[in-house]
Amino acid sequence: MTRECAALLPGVCAALADPRQPGLDDTCLEKLLDWFRSLTWFDPTVELVQDNPCLTELISSVLALPEPSPSILSFTLQLAGILAASENRFQHLQQEKLLERLFGRAGPRGRAVWEDASVRSAWVRGVHSMVHHQPALHFLCSEGGMDVIFALQGDPSLFVASAASQLLVHILTFSVESEASKALSTKDCEWPECAQMIKKHVEDSLQSGSASRVEQSLKLLTSLFGSCCAAWTEVLWSDIAKQIESFLVEETVQAQHMLANLLLNVARSPVFCDTEGSFWALVTSALEHLTPVQACPLAVGLLKLCKCPQDVRIQALTVLLQPMDCILRAASQPLEYAGLLDESVSDPVTVESLLSSKTSCAGLLCQTLAHLEKLLSLKHLRVDLPYMSLLRSLMTILQFCNGLLSPASPLGSTISRNLINCFRVQKSALDVLAALSEKKGCDTLIGSLFDVLLAYLESPNTSPTVLKKAFQATSKWLVCLQELSCSNSQCQQTEKILEDVFAVLQKRLCSPCWEVRDSSLEFLTAMIKCLRDQDGFRQCLLSSEVPRLTENLLEDPESYVRASAVTAVGHLAFVTYFAPESPVAGNQYNKENMVAKLQEILSTDSEGFPRRAVISIFTKWLREGCAGQLEDAEQFVSRVIQTVEHDLDWEVRLGGLELVEVFCSQTICQLGLSECPYAPVSSAVPSSIPQNQLLRPFCRAKLFGFLFRSLCDCDKPVGQRACDILIGLRGNFYPMSTLENPREIEDSPAGRGIAWLQRTLRQGSLAQNFPTDGANGVDFQDPESMMVALGAIDLLELHDELNKSSDHVEESPQSLLQDILATMGTIEENEVDCY
Amino acid sequence: QTELLDLSTVDVILISNYHCMMALPYITEYTGFTGTVYATEPTVQIGRLLMEELVNSIERVPKAQSASMWKNKEVQRLLPAPLKDAVEVSMWRKCYTMPEVNAALSKIQLVGYSQKIELFGAVQVTPLSSGYALGSSNWIIQSHYEKVSYVSGSSLLTTHPQPMDQASLKNSDVLILTGLTQIPTANPDGMVGEFCSNLAMTVRNGGNVLVPCYPSGVIYDLLECLYQYIDSAGLSNVPFYFISPVANSSLEFSQIFAEWLCHNKQTKVYLPEPPFPHAELIQTNKLKHYPSIHGDFSNDFKQPCVVFTGHPSLRFGDVVHFMELWGKSSLNTVIFTEPDFSYLDALAPYQPLAMKCVYCPIDTRLNFIQVSKLLKEVQPLHVVCPEQYTQPPPTQSHRTDLMVDCQPPAMSYRRAEVLTLPYKRRYEKIEIMPDLADSLVPLEIKPGISLATVSAVLHTKDNKHVLQLPPKPPQPPASKKRKRVSDDVPECKALKPLLSGSIPVDQFVQTLEKHGFSDVKVEDTAKGHIVLLQEAETLIQLEEDSTHIICDNDEPLRVKLRDLVLKFLQKF
Repeated sequence: MTRECAALLPGVCAALADPRQPGLDDTCLEKLLDWFRSLTWFDPTVELVQDNPCLTELISSVLALPEPSPSILSFTLQLAGILAASENRFQHLQQEKLLERLFGRAGPRGRAVWEDASVRSAWVRGVHSMVHHQPALHFLCSEGGMDVIFALQGDPSLFVASAASQLLVHILTFSVESEASKALSTKDCEWPECAQMIKKHVEDSLQSGSASRVEQSLKLLTSLFGSCCAAWTEVLWSDIAKQIESFLVEETVQAQHMLANLLLNVARSPVFCDTEGSFWALVTSALEHLTPVQACPLAVGLLKLCKCPQDVRIQALTVLLQPMDCILRAASQPLEYAGLLDESVSDPVTVESLLSSKTSCAGLLCQTLAHLEKLLSLKHLRVDLPYMSLLRSLMTILQFCNGLLSPASPLGSTISRNLINCFRVQKSALDVLAALSEKKGCDTLIGSLFDVLLAYLESPNTSPTVLKKAFQATSKWLVCLQELSCSNSQCQQTEKILEDVFAVLQKRLCSPCWEVRDSSLEFLTAMIKCLRDQDGFRQCLLSSEVPRLTENLLEDPESYVRASAVTAVGHLAFVTYFAPESPVAGNQYNKENMVAKLQEILSTDSEGFPRRAVISIFTKWLREGCAGQLEDAEQFVSRVIQTVEHDLDWEVRLGGLELVEVFCSQTICQLGLSECPYAPVSSAVPSSIPQNQLLRPFCRAKLFGFLFRSLCDCDKPVGQRACDILIGLRGNFYPMSTLENPREIEDSPAGRGIAWLQRTLRQGSLAQNFPTDGANGVDFQDPESMMVALGAIDLLELHDELNKSSDHVEESPQSLLQDILATMGTIEENEVDCY
Repeated sequence: QTELLDLSTVDVILISNYHCMMALPYITEYTGFTGTVYATEPTVQIGRLLMEELVNSIERVPKAQSASMWKNKEVQRLLPAPLKDAVEVSMWRKCYTMPEVNAALSKIQLVGYSQKIELFGAVQVTPLSSGYALGSSNWIIQSHYEKVSYVSGSSLLTTHPQPMDQASLKNSDVLILTGLTQIPTANPDGMVGEFCSNLAMTVRNGGNVLVPCYPSGVIYDLLECLYQYIDSAGLSNVPFYFISPVANSSLEFSQIFAEWLCHNKQTKVYLPEPPFPHAELIQTNKLKHYPSIHGDFSNDFKQPCVVFTGHPSLRFGDVVHFMELWGKSSLNTVIFTEPDFSYLDALAPYQPLAMKCVYCPIDTRLNFIQVSKLLKEVQPLHVVCPEQYTQPPPTQSHRTDLMVDCQPPAMSYRRAEVLTLPYKRRYEKIEIMPDLADSLVPLEIKPGISLATVSAVLHTKDNKHVLQLPPKPPQPPASKKRKRVSDDVPECKALKPLLSGSIPVDQFVQTLEKHGFSDVKVEDTAKGHIVLLQEAETLIQLEEDSTHIICDNDEPLRVKLRDLVLKFLQKF
């Protein structure tokens, strides 16, 4: 604790204990507690309480109040808990006889304030903080604390109940790990006293037949197995496993919904990794007995496990895939497809009934699809998913949803009726479809898959959000299609599909609904990104109306669409203007006009999104070396910077800095300087260029004015980025991190200006009116001055300054204490006024 | 089909919207119909425009002779489809003329929404907004105790007309459901999007767009949509032409029926602004309208352009010219928006066609999802609808979602089927004249229930029933001349009081004993009790709704017993 804080603390404590003061707001008190937590964390000594007697005085004066307010009492309980976390301070507080009056029988437990949930919660949290050593544990047991905690498990306030459950887990773990000297067996007498109490309580509750008590204990066990992997947990499990099993099979107590999580946490524990154990039989039984909705999360969790018996894994997969299997079978003639699953392992009746009901059908499918999408995104899945059948099932779902499939069975017609026009399911299915594109082995279905996708893209009934997903899936599958057509002779099919895609894209680009135009443009961009090197794709694109329509959309009334159009046009340029063999006739813009059009958007568009899109496209062009094809890169960068630097949108200015960064690294490469600041520079610098002229290209592009001004930008990320760039530049020219001698700088011709610059930069963003070039003798376009500036200005210090959060002053504990005093102080003044 | 009923016996015709009145002149002018026709004002005015356009288009190209040989069944059999499959060609009529239209329309009585119209005192008829077109109506036909709702073309979408009045349809005994969407799988919003996209694509490629349409209805919504769309799509310089003999009237009428418009458009009128934005399109010369392709149009005509013109069947009207003019270029597009015609049939005579054809049927009438919501909301006791609505469409038999689904299942009917609606008229309201009411003396027999006997004369006229005081008993003739009593005054007899209540057997027996009957015996029967007076050889049969005293020729005893019985009963 700093001396300043120590001086402020007594005043604060006195004010807090004063019942005449209205309570401080909770955030202030929480911040104060956080501060105490950080003070005590690494310091178990008693000094904190000895040196600051005001703390114990605060506790005792609050306890002395006849009716303390719940908020101050809660604060006191938590403070005492934090302080008592170390054995030394615990003893000190015990000597002062404070702890019994807080956490013991003499505490608030029986009093009226106990009715307040915040007091009960604070009591639990206080105890939680305190129980980190044996004396605290004994104190708790001797004061009857355990029974209170057991009772609080059923507290009407969910926060209190959950905190109590967490506390029991903590006490059990702590008690076993600190007191048990040898490996535990199932014999109760070997367990430490406290642990024994909790174990017995859990076992009794599980056998009680009361749903709420069973639920409390299951919650406790779930969090215990989730947080503790010690060997003794296996012993505990062996004692309760029978009971857990009975919840699965018997339906006397409704506890099934809690079991999936518990079993999953147990399964994750390394203690149970032995695949032979009876535990896995229980898991298999759970997969059989839980309803599909309950079993699904368990199944997914099991599939993600590294160590899980293969037969359990297959069973889990069966549970997960059952709805998909059911869909497939409902849609096809018997024996047409083998289905996803072997019928002998699956019992489809429950799933069929869920899918037949209007209310549960979409929910079950969406849940299954969401899980499948997650599984497909995993790098290493330890079980083979039947990709082909899965794809067929997905296609069936999508066809049910748009009414294009006539089902062959009564179940199929019911499901079809439930699914028609169901956007939720459509979206989820398209997500999975997109994820499936990365898996191999679906080649034979690709033709019919595109039939389904194109039906979605073409149908006027497809909602804009579904269309977006359909576009995403299509672009992913187009990549597969291209790969396929390279290897096989499927070119004609590919060509036909691409033609159809462009025909529908053309129409969608003209849609009156802006969301549709927007996602069409995003789709186009995505396609160009992946496929621009494919001849077939390029030909199809260029022979369609799409490029022209896209350029038209640069004038769209909707800013999002303009932004997407800018991005699309920017990518389109790689295929048209920047491609080596591309005489594109008939377009509205030629190369120069197009750049001019984007420049115009950058300088005049009233919305930020299109301008951000332009600057990021320019950066992309520069990065890919295309900007040089347009004009001199220096001129290009200089013109863009001048447009961007006065932009009101900080993201545009930040984008400008990114452009500058790319330009810098490219120029440094061209100069033959290494890009790595740690590499020895002297050898790389070409001897032909004098050192002080190296910055000439940067000055010609007018970078420095922009960079130094950005250091004072009122938006922090801009300043930080500019600083990073300057540090990078400096690294290339000043291999040593030492600053230039200030005296030397003052003597240099540009000295006065640089000194002014240093002063201005110290003011940071306060220097709102950063003067324009030349005003104070700083010539930002003079390579020599700029070389001196790079050497003289302490950019690293500036960097640290910029990285401090803007409220670093206000966040300090000292300022917190002052604030509290100030709040209290004003009240005193007002009181005086009243008299 | 007129053989089902003799139209001259029809008293009233209710017109739901202007699309379903096109045959009206055939009824009013050819069948001896003498009844009344009810319709709202916009229905009549716009219906007139549609008929005028029809007559104008047909009369513009008079036929030198009309062939009739082919109507001979033997000849017709040899003709190609679809002509050979046409039914009852001999009944086909020539188009009516403008004087006939005027005569027919003059028979229409104008009504407003929620106006109650008494029909011969038998029922009351009320038109309600149906939300489908300007002035389109659903009808409530109700008596005092029964209510039938007739739902015709209705829409729950927010388009230009006043929204559909659903609340008034509640508590119907029967709801007759007709006029659902023809294209249940096409959602109008999606179709409008499709329409705009195709239009823009064609025009941007330098092609022309032809929209065969009616001069009123969906065209207002399309123009409004285009008004918002053309600038964003960069089509500001493309001219839109609306060609119809009634184009001008249609565009102007739409602006003056403010009270029949949706709320948004109504409020515009108070600003004051024209409710439809096509006014602005006309002002800025983006939309031009012409009565025909001759005259001014041929001077102004510029391509590429968008033309709205009739008739959507492509069989007559100016649309025929444009089909001939533009059909050969693949740059041009014809976009069908009216759902009433098969576009393939419409195009058949023009084949082979190079121009693109797009089918975007925009039908705003109720679809099956909306119907099920409506029925849940309105909860009629019975639903009656055409048979087609109770099964999936024949071409999509798996779409079980495309049918009316309600409980109890809808009663369906086929063409020319006579259906008995599932309710009975059981009660009538009768009015009691004040002086008669004054003379009544109600007696409370149970708390809240009072009874009184009424003796009166029932007058029934025009299905209205009135109870009046009976005429005074005729005075004894002053002179000896016998006057003939008027026939219509029935004679009144003195009134006997009516009895009510039940006889408690135990108390009755006690009373009998008090009055000297000593040998009373009571037997229980299925329906009540029998009280036996053995000595007097008398039986008193007490049942729920009757009491009989059976004794042999002892009138004094009977009277005595009767009086004792009456003591226990209430008289009024």
